[in-house]
Amino acid sequence: MTIKKAGLLTTIQDLGRRGFQKYGVIASGVMDTFSHRVANILVGNKEEMPTLEMTLIGPTIQFDKDVLIAICGGDLSATIEGEKVALWRPVFVKAHTELKFGNSKEDCRAYLAVAGGFEIPTVMNSRSTYIRASIGGFKGRALQVDDELTFGEISDMSQQIITQLQALSDDRVIEEKWMVDPDRVLEREVGQPIRFTKGREFHLFTEASKRTFLREEYLISTQSDRMGYRLEGEKLSLAEEAEMISEAVNFGTIQVPADGNPIILLADRQTTGGYPKIGQVISVDLPVLAQAKPGDRIRFVEISLAEAQRLYIKVERKIAELKCGMKLKYCYMGG
Amino acid sequence: MKYELFPLGEDAVLIELSQQIDIETHEKVQLVTNYLDGHPPEWMIEYIPAFTTVTIYYDPFKIATTIPFDQMPYTYVCQQIDSLFAHFTDRLKEQRRIVEIPVCYGGELGPDLEMVAKVNQLTPEEVIDIHTSGQYIVYMIGFAPGFPYIGGMSEKIATPRKESPRLAIPERSVGIAGMQTGIYPIETPGGWQLIGRTPKQLFTPETNPPSLLKAGDQIKFTSISLEEYQELEKRFV
Repeated sequence: MTIKKAGLLTTIQDLGRRGFQKYGVIASGVMDTFSHRVANILVGNKEEMPTLEMTLIGPTIQFDKDVLIAICGGDLSATIEGEKVALWRPVFVKAHTELKFGNSKEDCRAYLAVAGGFEIPTVMNSRSTYIRASIGGFKGRALQVDDELTFGEISDMSQQIITQLQALSDDRVIEEKWMVDPDRVLEREVGQPIRFTKGREFHLFTEASKRTFLREEYLISTQSDRMGYRLEGEKLSLAEEAEMISEAVNFGTIQVPADGNPIILLADRQTTGGYPKIGQVISVDLPVLAQAKPGDRIRFVEISLAEAQRLYIKVERKIAELKCGMKLKYCYMGG
Repeated sequence: MKYELFPLGEDAVLIELSQQIDIETHEKVQLVTNYLDGHPPEWMIEYIPAFTTVTIYYDPFKIATTIPFDQMPYTYVCQQIDSLFAHFTDRLKEQRRIVEIPVCYGGELGPDLEMVAKVNQLTPEEVIDIHTSGQYIVYMIGFAPGFPYIGGMSEKIATPRKESPRLAIPERSVGIAGMQTGIYPIETPGGWQLIGRTPKQLFTPETNPPSLLKAGDQIKFTSISLEEYQELEKRFV
């Protein structure tokens, strides 16, 4: 496929560069792991295969060959020949067709998976792009006009999906009739606060700061990026100055530098940090947070680690069920 | 060995070995990470060592499929760590890898050598002698890819940072900032006093491991001439 318009920030990402953080190498990977994984599953790929992460304003893409795609995550107004393209389901697209993304409706990022995956060399066990150090992805950078990407060999599952879709019609674009409902899988309600577990230094904050953090709304600053979301709102402070020693941080760690404005660390976070950690966004809510845009307001609510792990396992079970369902529908039940 | 465990989200556990940055704590960190390298637990994804802690990442879902329904993966991981630590009684004596870092001191490659000498009322040669005779240990790798936090520099050559930082410190520069000595793997801005440069690459993404140094390495700085430096640089870079 060929990139006709680049979009605001379009990069190749996978589930991240794991195993090298002990050497100071940033993990990177997709911001919204859920949408990425579902997009891959819907086209018959392995979950860890690279997808295209598109941010706020999407690219325009020309497909040179027949292709099975899935678009998951935020609605970036995808169209083919003026017709809206449905999200969260397998879509078969004939060769010489242009897929156009526009502006985001509400969310921040969308993921495009193609059957067979993008052919991208592996750097330190991952295909993720880390732009700051020009590591991985497509030439270590965001995609630009005229970049050409090739796809790998498609799986038997992908072939089965294509066969069944082609049985539905002869159209240039054939959409599957059913779809995945992300809110049902993630058990989210609109406007629900972001859930977090207490950080290791939660108890060091003043009582007023603890209450503030649990009650007030925070604005995602325009200085936010894949490394972290900077929050603006009521400032937080420690009860007394604490001598901090740098230690590991995680995807979703909420740290509070001396200026009192919290920062939520995301995909391109450094491996270690030395600021007090007030909380940790639960894994299940990270995909929701990753869809929040600069200028959006968020609230926090605390839950226990036991509850967070229970939710983690529940969502993983549902993703496993989705994979099972795909296998049943496309591999065992025939066309 | 004493330690405390803390969760870092649902998929990581932090092992705190002490609250003090010192050689004893560092050796404990080394003992733990060497053990994890040699016997990686099935449930471990990766680990990140730091000055006083080792954080282990795990997959809660994978663990959940192997433990009783009502048990938390975090509880399981803590129990596993407790039984690992039962092995760690007094085997702190492990062999350190010694990595030699040849450095061309002073001149254009180490523009602040004179300054470091002046601040400490030494001659440049004395600074080089002190810097090359230190017992250095890499405490951790962090901040930037392959960047080593090195402990063990002599107080006699401690020098404050520059008042206004340089916009670009060339890669492989060896510097001093306060009580610390360090090597820049990649070009970055910084306020360190630069005393020399090594011809050795500290970070190469194409190799595995990508970082020349790892936590626990002992570093031996050796002084080389400009000719030797140029010869080695041709070979390494």
